Amino acid sequence: MEKFDLIVIGGGPGGYVTAIRASQLGMKTALVEANHLGGICLNWGCIPTKALLRSAEVYHLMQHAGAYGLAADNIRFDLKKIVDRSRGVASQLSGGVKHLLKKNKVTVYDGYGKLAGKGTVSVEGKTPAQLEAPHIILATGARARVLPGLEPDGKLVWTYKEAMVPTSMPKSLLVVGSGAIGIEFASFYRTMGAEVTVVEVMDRVLPVEDEEISAFARKAFEKQGMKIMTGAKVVKLTKGADSVTVTIDVAGKAQDVTVDRVISAVGITGNVENIGLETAGIKVDRGHVVIDEWCRTSAAGVYAIGDLAGPPWLAHKASHEGVMCVEKIAGVKGLHPLDISKIPGCTYCHPQVASVGMTEAKAKAAGYEVKVGRFPFMGNGKAIALGEPEGMVKTVFDAKTGELLGAHMIGAEVTELIQGYTLTRSMEGTEAELMHTVFPHPTLSEMMHESALDAYGRAVHF
Amino acid sequence: MPTNILMPALSPTMTEGTLARWLKKEGDKVKSGDVIAEIETDKATMEVEAADEGVLAKIMVAAGTSGVKVNAPIAILLEEGEDASALNKTPAPANASAPVAPLPVAAATAPKPVAVPAAAPAAQSGERIFATPLAKRIAAERGINLASLQGTGPHGRITREDVLAGKSNGHGVQLPATTAQGTALAHPPATGAIADMLTKLGQTFTAIPNNNVKKVTAKRLLESKQTIPHFYLTIDCRIDHLLGMRKRINETGIKVSVNDFVIRAVALALKEIPAANAAWTDEAVLRFNEVDVSVAVATPNGLITPIIKGADKKGLSSISDEMKTLAEKARTGKLKPEEFMGGGFTISNLGMFGIKDFAAIINPPQSCILAVGAGEQRPVVTNGAIEIATIMSCTLSVDHRSVDGSVGAEFLQAFKKRIEDPALMLL
Repeated sequence: MEKFDLIVIGGGPGGYVTAIRASQLGMKTALVEANHLGGICLNWGCIPTKALLRSAEVYHLMQHAGAYGLAADNIRFDLKKIVDRSRGVASQLSGGVKHLLKKNKVTVYDGYGKLAGKGTVSVEGKTPAQLEAPHIILATGARARVLPGLEPDGKLVWTYKEAMVPTSMPKSLLVVGSGAIGIEFASFYRTMGAEVTVVEVMDRVLPVEDEEISAFARKAFEKQGMKIMTGAKVVKLTKGADSVTVTIDVAGKAQDVTVDRVISAVGITGNVENIGLETAGIKVDRGHVVIDEWCRTSAAGVYAIGDLAGPPWLAHKASHEGVMCVEKIAGVKGLHPLDISKIPGCTYCHPQVASVGMTEAKAKAAGYEVKVGRFPFMGNGKAIALGEPEGMVKTVFDAKTGELLGAHMIGAEVTELIQGYTLTRSMEGTEAELMHTVFPHPTLSEMMHESALDAYGRAVHF
Repeated sequence: MPTNILMPALSPTMTEGTLARWLKKEGDKVKSGDVIAEIETDKATMEVEAADEGVLAKIMVAAGTSGVKVNAPIAILLEEGEDASALNKTPAPANASAPVAPLPVAAATAPKPVAVPAAAPAAQSGERIFATPLAKRIAAERGINLASLQGTGPHGRITREDVLAGKSNGHGVQLPATTAQGTALAHPPATGAIADMLTKLGQTFTAIPNNNVKKVTAKRLLESKQTIPHFYLTIDCRIDHLLGMRKRINETGIKVSVNDFVIRAVALALKEIPAANAAWTDEAVLRFNEVDVSVAVATPNGLITPIIKGADKKGLSSISDEMKTLAEKARTGKLKPEEFMGGGFTISNLGMFGIKDFAAIINPPQSCILAVGAGEQRPVVTNGAIEIATIMSCTLSVDHRSVDGSVGAEFLQAFKKRIEDPALMLL
């Protein structure tokens, strides 16, 4: 029986960051990971998809070389090399996590961790062990949700995992679900030349984003040749030898589409099974562990963070939650529970989408009188120079206090820009600080300035 | 080895004070225990004693300087026989042990309460209050004084949440004297819009600068009258028996005053009706466990309220002796902070001026103040016949949030019972 101050089950972006922070705080910390350090995010999610999308971006630029005064003939790609690069990036970073944990004196157990009585975790696998600690943080993450009738088979019907390591480029593809994961794959495959259809049950794509952004995105995707069906539901799959006929219900009308492959991206569900939740009496609701504001579960001394504990399903949310949880355990002063309205979300499709805080509709529904600012990429010098005139920056302010309630962007590099608005929110800035801040010229970030100015009728360049 | 003499903290919450006057000059020899300077804080003047022997080599803060930070060096002490050239080797303030034993508390090293950010008047003295832009804006819109809030953000920064929660925080729990700490003495007295206007109107006047006592009293009285829902109860007490007893006691050579009887009667009445011995906060009514009676004393510097602590356990003569000592200390500005900060109930007596009856302003965070008028002969009707009696009218001002009318009335009955039949005060 090994004794620790803290045991973390799961080595994803929630778990490993938590373990390192715990170690920094002087806790003797164990981390139990079954598959790969860095979790889905690093190995099968955020990072390898960014590598794929980068290849797609460069490919897209090569195809448009003429627009920049360059000439390139016979433009081709080697899918295997694209995938190999993506895997290489993932394994490089996973190795980095291993090193970081070692450097921070976190003891890593290679195996499946499971709650085994109060304050005890049993590890099964390569290094079986019994561990003991007064505090146990569950960070087992989540996996793709499976809709009945849409069960992935790994051949014709893919999840994110198969979609990330294609051996051949499908000629046509149908993506079910237009959240971040679905849209990123749709964008990748479309750019690489596949005919892509996106089926979304809600009335718009990227349904968590601001309505204007959704509409803008849809237009952009359709311009690229993507087929988008909203308010649509997959009712039946008929599998052939190397193709699938998908029956889709659009507003009560059935419609058949035949494609090479189907990607199911209809959300995720927490990995709540086989980790001893039942015996510990930990409450689970709709596939996620129920926690309080400090990530405490219904069992004393057991905490849950990240995807396992519910949306938003974002790596940075998991890391932040884990740090907060462990600091609370350590008695760090001045902590505040995580405020979801200060967590940015990014989608790396083309054009990129990023947002933080409330949409305009949500702000109005919450009773705010709002001032809304908009600024188009078309009015920004750097965007024109980059050849990226497509996009917009939208800001939503509380008319009464000037609080930046939300910011919503679409266009080139907006995933890098959103942090400015996130900082504004976390430091409780108002339109005044944004207006008084000097933004460097020429940058895309100037649009963030202009959008705030526009909310108060003062935009200069549009 | 030269030693720094540091500005002492006269109370745990003091952050700065006024160096009122030096009692030693540069070059004077001092012995341990010699009073070398006087420090003025919100309400009191304190003497600073030397803790070491030596020569007062250099005065670093001139007399009359306000806003001197606690632990700032105010003078340098050289050991006997040490050359003044040693001054160049003046130790850094940080490692200097304070050779000053401040009266009355050994609080020179008492740590400032870290969690408490700059209090209200700190803003006036130019100290920056850290608040988020949004917090500042909401506070401005709602007229909330940021300085009255405690920040929960990074490094104690005031956030939106703090402002929104601020209104429900019981400011009343905090001792008012401590919220007023750090008020700097203004230098030029007769400035400001009113003085300008009077000058324009051709009115002439003499400006008497407000000292700290005046400023703090003014602030607290305004706050009290503006924020406490006062109501008033008046009762007449016949004090013929009391006067008779006082005469007999005084004939023994022990001198007691009518006010001493009033203090004793108030103390015993509070013991009987503890609900009148309380403070209002938004979260709870704080009922004091001890019977500590504040007594208003007029001094050349202004009004101050020294406290008879545990007055219910003290006999008439010890109350009398203690009151004389406290009143003398009050008049000479020598009260220690713990002698005037606190208390659960206040007595204000203007009877000696022939005032028949008046209504006093509550001394927050207390809930009641008893205004005592003059004992005077009045015709009273007893059993259908008019007779002459000595009557003392008393008016109780009450905070209706914490003390209801019936409680106030019960208290006055308990008080009257004892004042009219002083034998009960022997119990």
